[in-house]
Amino acid sequence: MNVIRFILQNHTQVLELSLEHLWLVGLSTAFAMVIGIPLGIVIAHRPRLNKPVLAGANIIQTIPSLALFGFLLPVPWLGERSDRLAILALTLYALLPIIRNTYTGVCGVDPAVVEAGRGMGLTESQLLFQVELPLAVSVILSGVRVAVVISVGLATIAAAIGAGGLGEFIFRGLAMVDDRVILAGAIPAAILALGADLGVGWLEKSLRPR
Amino acid sequence: MPSTTEPAIEFRDVSYRVGDTQVLSGLTLKVSVGETVVLLGRSGSGKTTTLKLINRLVSPSAGEIRVNGKPNAEMDVIRLRRGIGYVIQDAGLFPHFTVEKNIGLVPRIEGWPEEKIRSRVQELLQLVGLSADLAERYPHQLSGGQRQRVGVARALAGDPAILLMDEPFGALDPLTRDELQRELLLLQQRLHKTIVFVTHDLREALRLGSRIALMEAGRLVTVLAPQEFVKSSDPWAAAYVRAFGDGLESVANRGRS
Repeated sequence: MNVIRFILQNHTQVLELSLEHLWLVGLSTAFAMVIGIPLGIVIAHRPRLNKPVLAGANIIQTIPSLALFGFLLPVPWLGERSDRLAILALTLYALLPIIRNTYTGVCGVDPAVVEAGRGMGLTESQLLFQVELPLAVSVILSGVRVAVVISVGLATIAAAIGAGGLGEFIFRGLAMVDDRVILAGAIPAAILALGADLGVGWLEKSLRPR
Repeated sequence: MPSTTEPAIEFRDVSYRVGDTQVLSGLTLKVSVGETVVLLGRSGSGKTTTLKLINRLVSPSAGEIRVNGKPNAEMDVIRLRRGIGYVIQDAGLFPHFTVEKNIGLVPRIEGWPEEKIRSRVQELLQLVGLSADLAERYPHQLSGGQRQRVGVARALAGDPAILLMDEPFGALDPLTRDELQRELLLLQQRLHKTIVFVTHDLREALRLGSRIALMEAGRLVTVLAPQEFVKSSDPWAAAYVRAFGDGLESVANRGRS
C-alpha cells in the first residue's frame, strides 16, 4: 500500500512522466508506421527486396537498446536533445513488427481476388487502397500493437540518457534502492502498455474485413 | 458462324513462353462478334493463358492479339480491361465488400452517379436471377452458386461487349452448374455478348459453345462446332469424346435449338 500512497503523493510528477512516456511512444510509433507500412507494401510487391529489408530490420532489433542509445549519442543534431534520440531509437525498434506484418498482410490477400480486380480494370493504386490494404489492415494493426507494447517497455530505458518518461522513477528507485519509487514508474508503464494493447486491439477488430 | 465484319478478338500467331517453358505456340484464332468460343483442354494446355492474353493479364512473347480490330498492346490497359468482363472460378469476389459494392465497383470508379449505380445493380441482380435483398450481404454469406451469379453480374456491370470466363462453374455441384449453364445460354440469347469460355468439361463445352477450340500442350488442335466435334475424326477430339462417353450428341444439339 506504500506504493499507492507514494504515487498519490507524487501524482503530478507521475502524470507528467506518463505523458512524456506516451509522447515518446506515440511519436515513435507514428514515425515507424509512416516508414514501415509503405516499406512493407513495397516489399510485398517486389519479392526481391523482401529479404534485405527484413534482414535489416531484424539486425536493428538485435542491437541492445542501451547500446543503441549510446551509439546515437554522438550524432550531431540528435545528440543535442535526448528526446529526439530516444524517439529515433524507438522508431527503429518499432519498424520490424510493422514492416513484417504489412508484408505478411498484403501477401496474404487471396491472389484470385487481386487478379479479379486487376482483370476488371482497377489501377494498381485502386487495387492497393480498395482491395489489398482493407484486407490486410487487421494484420498490419496487430503488428502496430506489438510495436506499441515493445515501445512502452523500451521507452523506460530512454530515461538512462535523460529523455524522461516513466523510466526516471525506475532508475531513481534503483539508485535509492527504494521499491516504491521503482513501482511508481513500473506500474503506470504496465498500465500504459495494457491500455495501448487494448486500444489498438479494439481498432484492429473494428476494421477487420468480414 | 461466318461474319463479314471485323472479328471481336483475333490471335495472330501468338506465342508465350516463361523461361524455358513454351506455354503457347503459334496460336491463330478468330472470335466473331456475338459467338461463344469455348477453349477446351486439360490443365496446362494453355487455355487460361490464352484467355489472359486477351485482357493483357499476360503479355505474349511473340505475335499479336487484336480486340475489336486494334492490337490490344497499343490500347490503354485499364480501358481495355474495363471494356471486357472477367469471371473466374469461385468468382473472386471482394470479401470485404457487399454484393452491391462488388457489382457496383467498376461503375463507381468510372464515376457513375449513385442513383444510376443502384438501379444498375438491381437490374443485374434480377438478370442473373438473384433476389434484390441479397444486395447487402457479404460474399461469405452466399452459397457457391449465388457467389458465381454475383461474379457474372459484376463482370456485366459496365456493359462490356466481351466476356471472358475462366472455368466459372468448375467448383459448383452438378445441379447448380446445370442451372447456371442454362441461364448463361438464356442470358446470351438476350445480350449477344462475345464470350470466350475456358473449361475442361466437354459436356459444358458442347452445351455452351458456338465453336469449340481444342487445345493440347500449348497448341490449338482444332476448332469445331459442337455437332462436328462429336463426330470428328481428329484423334484428340475423338479421345475427348471417348472419355466423356455416350449421349454427347444430344448435348451438342440441345444447346443449339
